[in-house]
Amino acid sequence: MTVEPTIPGMPVYELPRARNLLEPHRLFLIAIFALVIFCAVWFMRWDWIAKYQWRLLAGIWQTLLLLFSTAFVGFLLAVPLGLVQVTGPRPFSWLARGYCTLIRGTPLLLQLWLLYYGLGSVFAQYPEVRSSFLWPYLRQAWPYGFLTLMLSFAAYEGEVMRGAFAGVPKGELEAARAFGMSRFTAFRRVWLPRAVHRALPTLNGETVLQLKSTPLVATITVVDVYAVISKVRQDTYLTYEPLLLLALIYLCLTFMLVWAFRTLEKRIPTRGA
Amino acid sequence: MAAANGGMFDLGLLALTAPGWGGAMLWGLVQSIELAVGGYLVGILLGIAGAFGKLYGGPILRDLLEIYTTLIRAVPELVLILLLYYAGTDVVNALLSLAGLPSVDISGLVAGIFVIGVVQGAYSTEVLRGAIKAVPPGQIEAARAYGMSPLKVMTRVTLPAMLPYAIPGLSNLWLIATKDTALLAVVGFSELTLVTRQAAGSTKAYMLFFCAAGLLYLCLTLASNVVIGIIERRSRRGIAEHA
Repeated sequence: MTVEPTIPGMPVYELPRARNLLEPHRLFLIAIFALVIFCAVWFMRWDWIAKYQWRLLAGIWQTLLLLFSTAFVGFLLAVPLGLVQVTGPRPFSWLARGYCTLIRGTPLLLQLWLLYYGLGSVFAQYPEVRSSFLWPYLRQAWPYGFLTLMLSFAAYEGEVMRGAFAGVPKGELEAARAFGMSRFTAFRRVWLPRAVHRALPTLNGETVLQLKSTPLVATITVVDVYAVISKVRQDTYLTYEPLLLLALIYLCLTFMLVWAFRTLEKRIPTRGA
Repeated sequence: MAAANGGMFDLGLLALTAPGWGGAMLWGLVQSIELAVGGYLVGILLGIAGAFGKLYGGPILRDLLEIYTTLIRAVPELVLILLLYYAGTDVVNALLSLAGLPSVDISGLVAGIFVIGVVQGAYSTEVLRGAIKAVPPGQIEAARAYGMSPLKVMTRVTLPAMLPYAIPGLSNLWLIATKDTALLAVVGFSELTLVTRQAAGSTKAYMLFFCAAGLLYLCLTLASNVVIGIIERRSRRGIAEHA
């Protein structure tokens, strides 16, 4: 069997297949779960939702904004990271590989705290930084959250793109050159689109992982949906209800993300495999 | 200002004995490794049970396992850790009080291992299920034809035969487990990341301590990679390269 060592991360996330829900044992299970959900709604306290609904929506918006902005910029960074490892000159290739190993070998939470507390405290020591026009932004938490998540996504996705670039058949690139395309045109028209197409299923998994990493920014005071729920828990002294709602919110977001990627994948025509 | 800058990388703070924090950090690293090893092993046990349940179990068991793996993989680890950390201890104490026993304080280590194990179990179920499906069915049928009991088929044929297919996925899970232990810092379990934050907070040498902790994690990952490479080569003896 061919082991693909270049594609890191979890097994690619799959939506459960929509199967026949009307088989007898499934009806039985559905009845039990309906009962559990009914009990949860009936016996647990949910009256706080009305009070916090707008803050929750703002939190979800913040989470999605963070997810898409970091994934987009991270992907733009991942393309050169992957490309350089396949064709680049040795020193650049080593640098890119070292960067990917460094980021993928340490926990995201540690990176986040390193940038927020570490870099933040270093910045605060220099009057030049404090008087610069960037200081109002550097005093806030979200630039550090954005930077950390973006760098992390770039590293994980850079590995994926390396495998994808290396996996595009040589003949296609030679054909593009034979048509008289310049190296850049061949890259833009053939190599990059084919590589992205190959990486799309893994990109889906990585984006889900990125969504699941976003709540970490709540530990550096960015107010995403996780932070809103933490606030609810502090205010109401409820342990489970807010967390259950939070799990439900992330569940819905994950399913929507996977569904969107699947629709995108279906729109790309493929021939054969 | 210059003095403050010089203090940023004052390596004396990393000394192993009392004024330095090196000893505390190494102890945190040991805690992290204990968590990762424990959680990983629990996860593999759950994964083996889950994979066999998904492949050979009845319809209800299969559906329940599908729900388990889908839910766990779709919700952030941080949220799961919070939920399971509280729910786990509450459930145990509720059961104890039902049995008329006094409630116990569950140690953070046990709760942490349980939480990481449950999360890892969902992923390793999928990895092991794929690996078992890659074993040629004839081998399992042959074992059955020899009259082995299902348990014997599992320990003698299915598990050893699936190992080469499972190792890339399982080694990824190990690396993820080592990094997931950092999330327990959020519930106040003093593993490496939380100890580092305490050290950094009380000495104000943030850069120094976070870089040192990053180095420790990186060493752990790189050492794991070496060991994984050895295991992988060993498990693939006799299998043609790029078949």
